[in-house]
Amino acid sequence: MSRRRHSDGDDGGQSHKRRRTSEPVEIEDRLESLICRVGEKSTSSLESNLEGLAGVLEADLPNYKNKILRILCAVARLLPEKLTVYTTLVGLLNARNYNFGGEFVEAMIRQLKETLKANLYTEALYLVRFLCDLVNCHVIAAPSMVAMFENFVSVTQEEDVPQVRSDWFVYAVLSSLPWVGKELYEKKDAEMDRLLNQIDGYLKRRLKTHVPMLQVWTAEKPHPQEEYLDCLFAQIQKLKKDRWQERHILRPYIAFDSVLCEALQHNLPPFTPPAHMPDCQYPMPRVIFRMFDYTDAPEGPVMPGSHSVERFVIEDNLHNIIKSHWKERKTCAAQLLSYPGKNKIPLNYHIVEVIFGELFQLPCPPHIDVMYTTLLIELCKLQPGSLPQVLAQATEMMYVRLDTMNTTCIDRLLNWFSHHLSNFQFRWSWDDWVDCLALDADKPKPKFVKEVLEKCMRLSYHQRIVDIVPPTFSALIPADPIFFYKYQDEANSALPGYAVAIAVGNAIKNRASNEEILTVLKDVPNPNQEDDDDEGEGFNPLKIEVFLQTLLHLAAKSFSHSFSALAKFHEILKALTDCDEGKLHILRVVYEVWRNHPQMVSVLVDKLIRTQIVDCAAVANWLFSPNMAHEFTRFYVWEILHSTIRKMNKHVQKIQKELEEAKDKLERQQHKKQKDSGDEEDMEKNSEDEDGQLEEQIERLQEKVESAQSEQKNLFLVIFQRFIMMLTEHLVRCETGSVDFSTPWYKNCIERLQQIFLMHHVTIHQYMGTLENLLFTAELDHHILAVYQQFCALQL
Amino acid sequence: MSIKLNALLSDSYVDVSQYRDQHFKGNRYEQEKLLKQANTLYVGNLSFYTTEEQVYELFSKSGDVKRIIIGLDKVKKTACGFCFVEYYTRTDAENAMRFVNGTRLDDRIIRTDWDAGFKEGRQYGRGKSGGQVRDEYRQDYDPARGGYGKVVSRP
Repeated sequence: MSRRRHSDGDDGGQSHKRRRTSEPVEIEDRLESLICRVGEKSTSSLESNLEGLAGVLEADLPNYKNKILRILCAVARLLPEKLTVYTTLVGLLNARNYNFGGEFVEAMIRQLKETLKANLYTEALYLVRFLCDLVNCHVIAAPSMVAMFENFVSVTQEEDVPQVRSDWFVYAVLSSLPWVGKELYEKKDAEMDRLLNQIDGYLKRRLKTHVPMLQVWTAEKPHPQEEYLDCLFAQIQKLKKDRWQERHILRPYIAFDSVLCEALQHNLPPFTPPAHMPDCQYPMPRVIFRMFDYTDAPEGPVMPGSHSVERFVIEDNLHNIIKSHWKERKTCAAQLLSYPGKNKIPLNYHIVEVIFGELFQLPCPPHIDVMYTTLLIELCKLQPGSLPQVLAQATEMMYVRLDTMNTTCIDRLLNWFSHHLSNFQFRWSWDDWVDCLALDADKPKPKFVKEVLEKCMRLSYHQRIVDIVPPTFSALIPADPIFFYKYQDEANSALPGYAVAIAVGNAIKNRASNEEILTVLKDVPNPNQEDDDDEGEGFNPLKIEVFLQTLLHLAAKSFSHSFSALAKFHEILKALTDCDEGKLHILRVVYEVWRNHPQMVSVLVDKLIRTQIVDCAAVANWLFSPNMAHEFTRFYVWEILHSTIRKMNKHVQKIQKELEEAKDKLERQQHKKQKDSGDEEDMEKNSEDEDGQLEEQIERLQEKVESAQSEQKNLFLVIFQRFIMMLTEHLVRCETGSVDFSTPWYKNCIERLQQIFLMHHVTIHQYMGTLENLLFTAELDHHILAVYQQFCALQL
Repeated sequence: MSIKLNALLSDSYVDVSQYRDQHFKGNRYEQEKLLKQANTLYVGNLSFYTTEEQVYELFSKSGDVKRIIIGLDKVKKTACGFCFVEYYTRTDAENAMRFVNGTRLDDRIIRTDWDAGFKEGRQYGRGKSGGQVRDEYRQDYDPARGGYGKVVSRP
């Protein structure tokens, strides 16, 4: 039945733009909705839904062909978890309308070229896989698919291209084989054997320097953290040995075999992989995260083995579901739990494994960390009788294996665990972890528990933590976050500066002006100066101490109080910390007074940077200074450092954006001038002025950008230099003392160095030349240099 | 090629709610515009004992917090169970709406909503007794929010 309005037909062949109603748009939206929702919960079977939808679309082809083509291309690209549903749909349409099938294949090839050009490699992958499954639906002829694969694999013969380029093309072939391996082997087994041999050869000669940097655990047992291509190849080889029998993938097209068999197939046009360009950004290599195997699920369906292709398909689909629905946690949880075929697999275990795999992914998780916490809570709500137990089991397993877990991953684990507990009244069987109490405090297990409790305290309060752990754990309970005031009472009256501290305190309480307070501070002697020296405005550590200790003491009540204090006395603080030593000393004083309250130290340092009382390099120097060596392995130190680096990066980006905007504005203005005519003399003069102003602004911004970038580069140089010094010192000391260098401190330090590279790889990439020339030279100890080389091997 | 699927655009946790501040100076259109660009969130159902530190820690999980303003009883000038959280960027605020809203802080499910922006005076409860309006009329006993609602405890 035609849905066209009667009046539209009256105009004959003329353009309908004048009289276009909202109806076509509504119909297009409805088509999109029908297509997107097929396969979801329905009273009818999937087959009858597909049959029905194919009928509707076939009827709409005359009027909405282009829209339907675009929607189908989009779902191919964006909904890979429903791949076989849509390939079946295309198969049915092709059987009914051969031309449409041909046009669809052409559109897909066009889209594939575009996605590759646009560096959208993940989407391109799904397009390739879709095309492969169309072979199963009798839309594409198998030999032409094999020919495309041959072109893909020939990329491995290219010279002088990044390894990640040929990696992608090999991955595209291998990752499609679970769907189409059987069919391709039936039609072209000799060619396929040759392809797999070529791939085997490539994988053997491929460099794997990057792997240690990406592994979550350094130990091989119980589950090796395999490089992603190696793992996939092993899975495909096993699949081949099983004669391509694959039973997990949902294949709706099997039910339509009789119809699809009748369809005529299309040949893929010859596809040449686009040449490598300097600005191509191929995906980074990965390591496959595994934490469970068939021994872990106590009852019910067995978990497919690590080299089974089912494992690959399940993980891939679960990752894709998260990618599609991460913004909507209820939908995401529901979609994960309604995974088709869930009754044959221990689904909860797969879900938990995939979620932690993403959370621990190096360099960074695909989505913001907190999403995973909330998603797991949602899953616990939907499966209260089973999922919490799996989660507890997972947590216990990760605790047991902390000794070999990457420090960055430990950070994320303790952040997740403490946040999770705060949603469940901090209930945990702490007694199960009593073994950690017998270990040295710097060992990973007690350290982990201590940091978890500290994070838990930040989300609650000190007494709560005391209450939730057994008394045996008292050594691991965080310190009571009190303020330490040097000039507290009469007992300290002998301290230099005591009298002035009292005077300053009173002045502040009486709302004295900045000038008055500075006058009071003049009385503070400078331990750095000679007695007969004129009172210079030089660095006076005692003055800083007296003022800041007193100020922060008066403002200790809350963050807001302290921020107000810093804002109110900004002028004084600036004056006192005009030089580098001053900046360093201010940070030392903040630590002195708030050393029991790391969270307060964090937020104060943040404010001091944002109000430009200290700069980022000062913070880095402070954290690496001997005064802070005893805190060096504490989590909050790294929170501060990474936050500082991020602030620096955002600052540079902000000014760069301003510069771009000014440049755009100038361009637009000049463009407009060219088009305008009219009162030329007046206009010319005005626009020259305007241009001049803008050009001046651009020049100033350019300088600002250069200055900011210089500061940024300097920050990284400071940080890397400090790391190199500390690590070299340790390694030399251990060598001369014939002691094993691999202490818990060393592991922490070298992994923190790795973490800097991984967490800020985008920015660091710009300064690689300098880093290589100045710091990471061949003279460096090979242990330290290895970190740099692994980073380079990621070809980020 | 760059067709976006409506099905994947759904981001319902970020949508503006039905609530509108009745004291807002400006018309509905202006208010909605501000809400759609806001970096500030209203946070409700806090315990009276929840501290600024706890709010900072939780809300920092979606991005850097610019400032927190704890809601106060207009008469007593003590915390009365709500606050404002302002982020530097809209993206960070959106992630809070997606992943912090509806989870627990201090053992209570908290609720976040877009706010048109903090103005002096908005940190005070608007209930007759000085606290929030909701605490005037509620019938249940909530030890973390002063016990019974005012309507119950009034003679």
